[in-house]
Amino acid sequence: MKPAPFEYFAPTDITEALDLLTHYGDKAKILAGGQSLMPLMNMRLARPSVLVDINRLAALSHISLDAHGALAIGALTRQRTIERASLIQTHYPLLAAVMPSLGHFQIRNRGTIGGSIVHADPAAELPALCLALEAEFVLRSAVGQRTINAADFFRTYLTTAIEPVELLVDIRFPPWQAQWRWGFQEVCRREGDFALVGAVAVLQMDDDAVCQAVRLTMFGVGGTPVRPQRAEEMLSGQRLDGQVLDQLANVVTTELEPDSDIHASAEYRREVGGVVARRAIEMALGNARGHNER
Amino acid sequence: MIAKQTIQLTVNGKAYERAVEVRMTLADFLRDELNLTGTHLGCEHGICGACTILFDGEAVRSCLLLAVQADGANLVTVEGLAQGDELHPLQQAFHENHALQCGFCTPGFLMTAVAFLQETQSPTEAQVREAISGNICRCTGYAPIVQAILQARLGG
Repeated sequence: MKPAPFEYFAPTDITEALDLLTHYGDKAKILAGGQSLMPLMNMRLARPSVLVDINRLAALSHISLDAHGALAIGALTRQRTIERASLIQTHYPLLAAVMPSLGHFQIRNRGTIGGSIVHADPAAELPALCLALEAEFVLRSAVGQRTINAADFFRTYLTTAIEPVELLVDIRFPPWQAQWRWGFQEVCRREGDFALVGAVAVLQMDDDAVCQAVRLTMFGVGGTPVRPQRAEEMLSGQRLDGQVLDQLANVVTTELEPDSDIHASAEYRREVGGVVARRAIEMALGNARGHNER
Repeated sequence: MIAKQTIQLTVNGKAYERAVEVRMTLADFLRDELNLTGTHLGCEHGICGACTILFDGEAVRSCLLLAVQADGANLVTVEGLAQGDELHPLQQAFHENHALQCGFCTPGFLMTAVAFLQETQSPTEAQVREAISGNICRCTGYAPIVQAILQARLGG
């Protein structure tokens, strides 16, 4: 098992990388951490004729917080670096909690945040997390730069709004709010595997324990991560007691439209989707200020 | 089109310079060019963990890297663990706990555990099990492997 032949470039600055993408267009694939692309190439499911290795673009590896608390992470930042960063652990607890669930640690040592987002596996955690947090992606090409919301970025299975001439350079998260409570739940066969079904919840509760705002994102349930709208609507303005949460599980189960595949049937995913959604909300409710243990 | 590039790297403390085909994986490079056949290839797509090595100190899948990407890198493979005839404490612990049978997966488990124990000096059994969840063994079973890693942790 060997990758098919390709031409290899390892640019050392972003301009050079963007020029290569402009020149080769959809003949080229970008190699970041390689934890998704290399398996596809080894099995020859992907046969790019040109490989643009961006691992020498040091400028794309950074984590920073601005004065308002907004978080920016360079696309080439390794998942393990994010997991270990004290700045993330202190200021972005949900991200810190989710990172260890992305694959095995040997995978996270190479895998990048940008690579996982652009690969857009519907069962992956990072795209779902970006959707829940309303993250923005900064895409650059040789002629300019644009910013796109996570909600507009993921199109369908392994397909995003990025153009072949564009490079994801930055992932931007809004400032973490002290009153946010979060929950993260997934069901997988083995620690580190892709989720069969998962849920990310971010809640804002008022002093009377009434839900003021909720973002619920489900993944592994279709071509992209989704926010089940009816489920979110039914939680807003409610006290989240056992009865409401039972109802939530039912609404999520009917609202999801997953597909069957070798790993799980659509029926299973709908059923378990309701359960993990409920568990994620329960976890968020127990997670005062979002700093508790998973 | 056979594009070759020259790379320089250090493997187990020894410096090498080789011209390699750009599509050659790092695992194949170690095995076929440097004759370091201790690094095993099971699935060749990042699932089984048999090809795990240390790349600049971090455990990685060598089947998911290209040899050209290791230009300038410092690697350690399973051949770099023992000092002459003296086994690495982790190898000794695997030996004493019968943590290998056919031995195919062993190099990957050892390199994974070396990296893990460097970072987590007093792991719980649950942490050990999580750490090795990316490595597949198809004969010995995991219980003796977990025991061996816990023993090595204690300086066994």
